[in-house]
Amino acid sequence: MLDWADGLLRSFINSYYYGVLVSIGINIILTLSLNLVVGFTGQLHLGHAAFMAVGAYTAGLLATKAGVGFWGAVLAAGLLAAVAGVIVGLPTLRLRGDYLAIATLGFGEILRITLLNLDITGGPFGLRGIPRQTNLPIVILAVLFTYLVLRSLVNSRMGRALIAIREDEVAAQTMGIDTTRLKVTSFTVAAFFAGIAGALFAYWFRYLNPSSFGFMISIELLAMVVFGGLGNLLGSVVGASVMTYLPELLRTVAPAIAERRLVFYGALLVIIMILRPNGLLGTSSEQGWLEIWLARRRSRTAQGSAASSQVPPASTGGAGHGPA
Amino acid sequence: MALLEVEGLTMEFGGLRAVDSVDFQVHEGEILSIIGPNGAGKTTVFNVLTGIYHPTRGEIVFRGQRLNDLKPHHITALGIARTFQNIRLFREMSVWENVVVGAHTRLKSGFFSSIFKGPATRREERAARERAYKHLEFVGLKGLETTKARQLPYGAQRRLEIARALAAEPRLLLLDEPAAGMNAGETEELMSLIRKLKEQNITVLLIEHDMRMVMDISERIVVLDHGRKIAEGTPAEVRRHEAVIAAYLGASARAGG
Ligand SMILES: Nc1ncnc2c1ncn2[C@@H]1O[C@H](COP(=O)(O)OP(=O)(O)OP(=O)(O)O)[C@@H](O)[C@H]1O
Ligand SMILES: [Mg+2]
Repeated sequence: MLDWADGLLRSFINSYYYGVLVSIGINIILTLSLNLVVGFTGQLHLGHAAFMAVGAYTAGLLATKAGVGFWGAVLAAGLLAAVAGVIVGLPTLRLRGDYLAIATLGFGEILRITLLNLDITGGPFGLRGIPRQTNLPIVILAVLFTYLVLRSLVNSRMGRALIAIREDEVAAQTMGIDTTRLKVTSFTVAAFFAGIAGALFAYWFRYLNPSSFGFMISIELLAMVVFGGLGNLLGSVVGASVMTYLPELLRTVAPAIAERRLVFYGALLVIIMILRPNGLLGTSSEQGWLEIWLARRRSRTAQGSAASSQVPPASTGGAGHGPA
Repeated sequence: MALLEVEGLTMEFGGLRAVDSVDFQVHEGEILSIIGPNGAGKTTVFNVLTGIYHPTRGEIVFRGQRLNDLKPHHITALGIARTFQNIRLFREMSVWENVVVGAHTRLKSGFFSSIFKGPATRREERAARERAYKHLEFVGLKGLETTKARQLPYGAQRRLEIARALAAEPRLLLLDEPAAGMNAGETEELMSLIRKLKEQNITVLLIEHDMRMVMDISERIVVLDHGRKIAEGTPAEVRRHEAVIAAYLGASARAGG
């Protein structure tokens, strides 16, 4: 599909970078969609990779056992992942608090163990023989589609309602927002795109194994969201790109660090949190730790030099807090 | 028939009876105040009326419809909106977006029209934003539309809460200590604002500690103490009421130690 465009791209991208770009694209779709739940709706989601797995195995099985074509399988992958999203989201998103985190974490583990023990999925040996039908132009189209849909969504009545839920769930309810329904919607949309990403993954790597969709993958995706900026779609594009490419780069430059990828991710996140607490592209709204620390140092030295002047410490914002 | 009828309203938290068998009615077009010492249960009454808590006992009927088991968003759709004592704005959203969120139940665009914005959706968006700007002008926040809510000064945040509630097009507006933290000038403006609401046929139920404001603006007052209604009447009647004087003197004596 889109072979002419593929030929064109392959003529000036070598096969190594071609593969890296496909991985980046798939991760962008995953990160964008995860950001909808975590960054825009404010719900902690620790199992995004599981919805990717639903999509990947759906596409893989439809391709290898049922002879379904590429586009049909990709669509089915998205839809089935969305159904899984409703099933996991509905009971947990009704409750306030971090039940979603626990439920998504649990769902990921249950799914992984199920996939390991089913015959049809090849169990621990994985699912083989999926044709390679994902190519870079298709991935680029999918990234564009995801980005445009999500951008339109967050700039709408629905999107504003999601952000309102993140900002203050009680106030959002009181303003007439059916918070349960909207949280489930957000979660389901994210699952849909994760399913699509999973299908593209299946049609690219041609081999699926449950360990490709474990808890740590979900955490890596979360790290990409936070790195790029919670509630910032362009940030997710940058975050997923940087955090997918850097380890690849390190593999050739500094293999010792690349082996400790998660340590590297952790270090990267700590640096970002200090320098830009709202992520690389996050609107630097509240002050960062570093800025607060610097301001404190400054005001301390100022007080030291002019001890008699009653200068209050610099306040962070104009708005005060109401009485209890 | 009254706009809102509350009968035998009781709200218990574990062993604590925050509201105890309270009856009152709100008539169409009036300004009714609820006063009482700290912890009397005033805010809890608002929380029950808006569906944040479901009452332990009692009946709440608004325009002939029972509200007891409804969720907050249903109650808003029926025509009750409120502000919060501890300001609860959507801090990272702009001022106008806060107001448009208030209009959520009055807008139609659903999930797919939110994504694939057709002409009808675009028109609705534009009209909603224009209306939001009008509400902001009404509460005196013209020119601050694109500022982030958290950047507003305290008094302006209180007025933004009112604009957001008005965007829900309520028949009944609940204001929880709107003058708290305001200076005399701001309180004066707030009072003329509330009077203007009355002209727009919006009924106001007000919780307020500023007695000068309460006595000046209210047509009737309900007094709560320890969750119970201890008095009800016009400002003049309430001012003379033995139990009210005792409750307030008792409260200030307690507070004074
Ligand atoms: N969710 C809750 N859980 C437990 N107790 C609560 C809850 N909400 C309110 N209360 C208690 O109910 C009582 C009444 O509180 P409420 O906030 O209604 O008082 P209030 O009249 O609004 O006081 P204030 O003038 O200080 O705002 C208090 O003792 C309070 O601690
Ligand atoms: Mg109160």
